[in-house]
Amino acid sequence: MSAALEREWSRFTPRQRIGRWFLWLGLVAACVWAVRSIEIIPEFLADAPEQMADLLVRMWPPDLGHYRGGVHDALIETLHIATLGTVLSFTMAVPLALLAARNVCRAPPLNALANLLLVASRSVNSLVWALLFVAVFGPGALAGVLAIAFRSVGFVGKLLAEAIEETPRGPMEAMDAVGAPWGHRMLKGLWPQVQPAFWGVALFRWDINVRESAVLGLVGAGGIGVALDDAINFFHWDRVATILLAILVVVLVAEVVVTRLRKRLI
Amino acid sequence: MSGGLSIRGLSKAYVPGKPVLRDINLDFDGQGVTAIIGPSGTGKSTLIRCINRLVEPTSGKVLLDGQDLVPLRGRALRLARRRIGMVFQEYNLVERLAVMENLLSGRLGYVPLWRAWLRRYPQEDIDRAFALLDAVGLPEHATRRADALSGGQRQRVGIARALMQRPALLLADEPTSSLDPRTAVEVMELLTRLAGEQDVPVIVNIHNVELAKRYCGRIIGMHQGSIVFDGPPEKLMPEHLTLIYGGEDWM
Repeated sequence: MSAALEREWSRFTPRQRIGRWFLWLGLVAACVWAVRSIEIIPEFLADAPEQMADLLVRMWPPDLGHYRGGVHDALIETLHIATLGTVLSFTMAVPLALLAARNVCRAPPLNALANLLLVASRSVNSLVWALLFVAVFGPGALAGVLAIAFRSVGFVGKLLAEAIEETPRGPMEAMDAVGAPWGHRMLKGLWPQVQPAFWGVALFRWDINVRESAVLGLVGAGGIGVALDDAINFFHWDRVATILLAILVVVLVAEVVVTRLRKRLI
Repeated sequence: MSGGLSIRGLSKAYVPGKPVLRDINLDFDGQGVTAIIGPSGTGKSTLIRCINRLVEPTSGKVLLDGQDLVPLRGRALRLARRRIGMVFQEYNLVERLAVMENLLSGRLGYVPLWRAWLRRYPQEDIDRAFALLDAVGLPEHATRRADALSGGQRQRVGIARALMQRPALLLADEPTSSLDPRTAVEVMELLTRLAGEQDVPVIVNIHNVELAKRYCGRIIGMHQGSIVFDGPPEKLMPEHLTLIYGGEDWM
């Protein structure tokens, strides 16, 4: 009688247990494979702390006088690139988001096309976009703006499309019942509902773009990255330190500003 | 603008072979309040939504003042919908807009886009919106956001928005089902009184048989997609209710 009461319980079935064991095995194998393939050179690894210390010594003290000389203008240009790029990305992302949202555009092929374009935009890193646009338009801030814009479209479009799809159907249904045309429905039914998400995404993306546009100069697309690249190439490590500090300050300020604005918006 | 409505041979099947509405024939002479009662899932909502084509009928005709609404597309459908006001169970207000803007949304079928965008609605519409706000008892709430209102207040705004259309016909899909009993009576009272004052015929889906009998001049009972009772409330007997809802234990 008591033996019958001892019913066994285990969290996984034997099949699940074997499956999980293989999953872990695969994970370990992948890590081993990855470490072997990156070919670490032991000598370089060994003296890395020494090199690092050397670099920091060369950076200290930062050449703050250089800020006026070349960093300030480049920094302002970086902010311009981030802002213009964000604005431009929205002009492309909003139509794509409307096409991608299944509750607004009821043609599945168009949804798929819009999603394909959004994924394509996201799958290319902004540095790669910058290389492309530098090749087309030549080096300078224009290439940077376009790189930021094209990289942001996918991100902004996807988040906006999700926000649109999450809006309750009721108000739009009421607009239908009233006999409102498409533009009226979007303006008075959809827009008020996605407005907080819209501004949230805009601020978030601008914040990211300030950081992204700081490195675009490395491939010649304008902004503070150009100054950074020059300083590194000429081994002016004290100037490098100044530039890195300037970027840090701008990113921190952007973060604070964005956080405050978001709180007031939502 | 009389709002006379005839439904002829209306059927709807969401899934082929499983009709929700079976060959409905009804005539509304363009006055008074008509209640449609019946158990959940019997096609009351579908019937009301087939009238303004929020649901696409499978077959049949919906004639508003002689015009068949079923074949209408695009602009013609919008123009027809302008003449039919609708009140929803879940109010369907735009939560983040002020009460006033929700009311003025009732005019979106008439107002050009630039006016809606710049919020430059015709003075006539604004006057009517204020008059309706007074009529539904929310004169001080014009600038409050819809999400700051209680359920009963929201439904009053919903009614006012529908009347902003100056509709020839008013549809109400379970307007009281999300409200507490007392507020439900108040909203029903308001709906029927305002519609009477403005001479708009009303078709209302309602769960509450007592409310239907109290406020409606005609009651239509549905069961499994067909009409099993049609007459004045005095004629609605317990045997009819058995026919509509099935069983007797609940009475």
